[in-house]
Amino acid sequence: MKKSVFFGALTAATLTAGLAGAATLDDVKSRGELICGVNTGLVGFAAPDANGNWSGFDVAVCQAVAAAVLGDPSKVKYVPTSGQTRFTALGSGEVDLLARNTTWTFSRDTDLKLQFTATNYYDGQGFMVRKDSGVTSAKELDGASICIQTGTTTELNLADYFKANNMSYQPITVDSNAEGEQQFLAGACDAYTTDASGLAATRAAFANPADYVILPEIISKEPLAPAVRQGDDQWTDIVRWTVFALIGAEEYGVTSANIDELAKGTDNPEVNRLLGTEGDLGAMIGLDKDWAVKAIKANGNYGEIFAATIGEQTPIGLARGLNAQWTQGGLMYAPPFR
Amino acid sequence: MTSAPDAPEQGFRLSQLIYDTRYRSLTIQAIVFILVMGGAAWLVDNVIQNLNDLGKDFNFSFLGQRAGYDIGNAIIPYNNDMSHGRALLVGLINTLWVSFLGCVAATIIGIFVGVLRLSKNWLVARLMTVYVEVFRNIPVLLWILVAIALLTDVAPSPNAYKVNQQTGEAQASMLLDSVAFTNRYTAIPSVHFDRSLGSLDTALAPISLNFLALVIVLIASIWVNKRMLTHAAKVQESTGVRPTMWWKSALVLIAPVVILAIALGINPEEPQIKGFNFTGGTNVSNSFVALWLGLSLYTAAFIAEIVRAGILAISKGQTEAAFALGLRANRTMSLVILPQALRVIIPPLISQYLNLTKNSSLAIAVGYLELRGTLGGITLNQTGRELEAITLMMLIYLAISLSISGVMNVYNNRVKLKER
Repeated sequence: MKKSVFFGALTAATLTAGLAGAATLDDVKSRGELICGVNTGLVGFAAPDANGNWSGFDVAVCQAVAAAVLGDPSKVKYVPTSGQTRFTALGSGEVDLLARNTTWTFSRDTDLKLQFTATNYYDGQGFMVRKDSGVTSAKELDGASICIQTGTTTELNLADYFKANNMSYQPITVDSNAEGEQQFLAGACDAYTTDASGLAATRAAFANPADYVILPEIISKEPLAPAVRQGDDQWTDIVRWTVFALIGAEEYGVTSANIDELAKGTDNPEVNRLLGTEGDLGAMIGLDKDWAVKAIKANGNYGEIFAATIGEQTPIGLARGLNAQWTQGGLMYAPPFR
Repeated sequence: MTSAPDAPEQGFRLSQLIYDTRYRSLTIQAIVFILVMGGAAWLVDNVIQNLNDLGKDFNFSFLGQRAGYDIGNAIIPYNNDMSHGRALLVGLINTLWVSFLGCVAATIIGIFVGVLRLSKNWLVARLMTVYVEVFRNIPVLLWILVAIALLTDVAPSPNAYKVNQQTGEAQASMLLDSVAFTNRYTAIPSVHFDRSLGSLDTALAPISLNFLALVIVLIASIWVNKRMLTHAAKVQESTGVRPTMWWKSALVLIAPVVILAIALGINPEEPQIKGFNFTGGTNVSNSFVALWLGLSLYTAAFIAEIVRAGILAISKGQTEAAFALGLRANRTMSLVILPQALRVIIPPLISQYLNLTKNSSLAIAVGYLELRGTLGGITLNQTGRELEAITLMMLIYLAISLSISGVMNVYNNRVKLKER
């Protein structure tokens, strides 16, 4: 009997939250608010300002989805999640959508029962060191202490990379980017490793960014994508096509400046379908005709969001690189809207 | 009615289950049992249903898969090619190791503080009071974080021990040329044997035959010493004169071990700064020290109170009687008071040991990978097996706690007051 009480308590503890029903769209609509899992604080991607207003590249995805579904980009509740808690938060129904520097991997897609919607940032794992350490290549890091966030793909890549190069290292595990930043600045580790975009964002928040260098080696592919629970295809489609709408808008030259003009109708049928003046794409995913217009209006198209949050004009200073449109030699490619 | 005649024999009626006090308690127990089991069944069914809906199953095969991550402070050999099960074991051993050292330190500090808090010296007693009140009233997690912050901020980075090529000297120097405090770890010399006996490979970890030999010799010495003391007691009983024993004991206890160690060619292997970090000696990581310090100091405050209560529970007459016999204060404490106080001290002490062991799971805050960090942290996250990992972790902690309390209860039964 003791045992069953114990199991009862255990299950109660793990599953009382209950699994949200399949129709996430209905939940969000009836709640009037989108609950979005974001990073605990990574400037440029998702971080609250002094007034508690979240902004950033990932936050823009949350806002675009909220705008498409609810018509108001501000109707988002942000739930900060760490590398360790994010999948539980999504799986248990605590959040509707995870927009949080999460790498699309095989096992997460299949075994963890997540559904990655569309890659919105092509990243790779890098290393950051102090400039005065004299290290210029990751190959020189043999024997170094390396700060690494637990529960991430970077942890596994790091182990693989050092083994492949026959080097040793001392892992210093940290739970969040903030803790990693603090340990790295205190000198508790020689190098800090995470996605190169994360390194750039972290470095931008330092007092003296110029004292730190990001090493040229990129040791992995990290396609970052917003994720939802598996099994709710309609909700998956909504998030996926909202991201594609932002990407497509940039390709077709739809910006927050000219969208009102274009929404009245253009010569380009593709733009017309995207903006809902022709066809009825919105109804196919259970949304209004002008869902994409609202999504794009929230923060502009993909290029505008990139430039405003993490682009070269911001302190984070990331170049478009792989994240340029396919027409510009990058990988950003929205499937046709038809 | 005062004289109730025997009730006439009657057949059992169903209403007796409620109205007859002989059966009522059984009825209530049966109903409660059914309700509890029903509730449990409902919860388990819920879990199975939900797991089915998610398309997940409940199995532990992930323990056999390759872990793929590294652990900074593994006591047994471990690398990222080994399985999640092995990582679990590494974490478990780290948990046990820090808990064991924590219990030892907490007990020693606790007894000292507990005794000194009763000191007649006003300053000493007040200092100990301050220690106890400060430590037991602030959450242990904060003490662990304070410890790691101090260790990280006060000590220089290993880089500072590097000899600068231009000036020919380093910013920081090692203590006695063999111990270096850094903001990551303390580098201490390790033991090296020139004529090593090699090591015995077992599935768990290689066992150094050198250490095994030293331990065996030490145990033998202790046994011989005990025999000699028994013999001395006999001589004392028969002749009234106790033979001088201290140098014989010292010789028996120390000489064989020292001779064996010299024969094996024992020498310290001093840490050297090489590249980014010290190599050669042993690096005791700051996360471990912070956790150990935090847990020990915190739990010691509680143990001190338990010890104080135990001592105060012994009647003052015992002390007076001991003084009347001419025993000095410290002998009175160690021979009369503390042995009697033990029976009051041990039971609550068991709880403190259990608390310390469970609190070791706070290690995650300082990045020391024990059971919570490996199985409940990285493994859980990489495999997505929340329910399995948490269940397993709870069962392991339960097993550890029950073992500790079992062993301590055996000890309690041995030291408790035996009335004849």
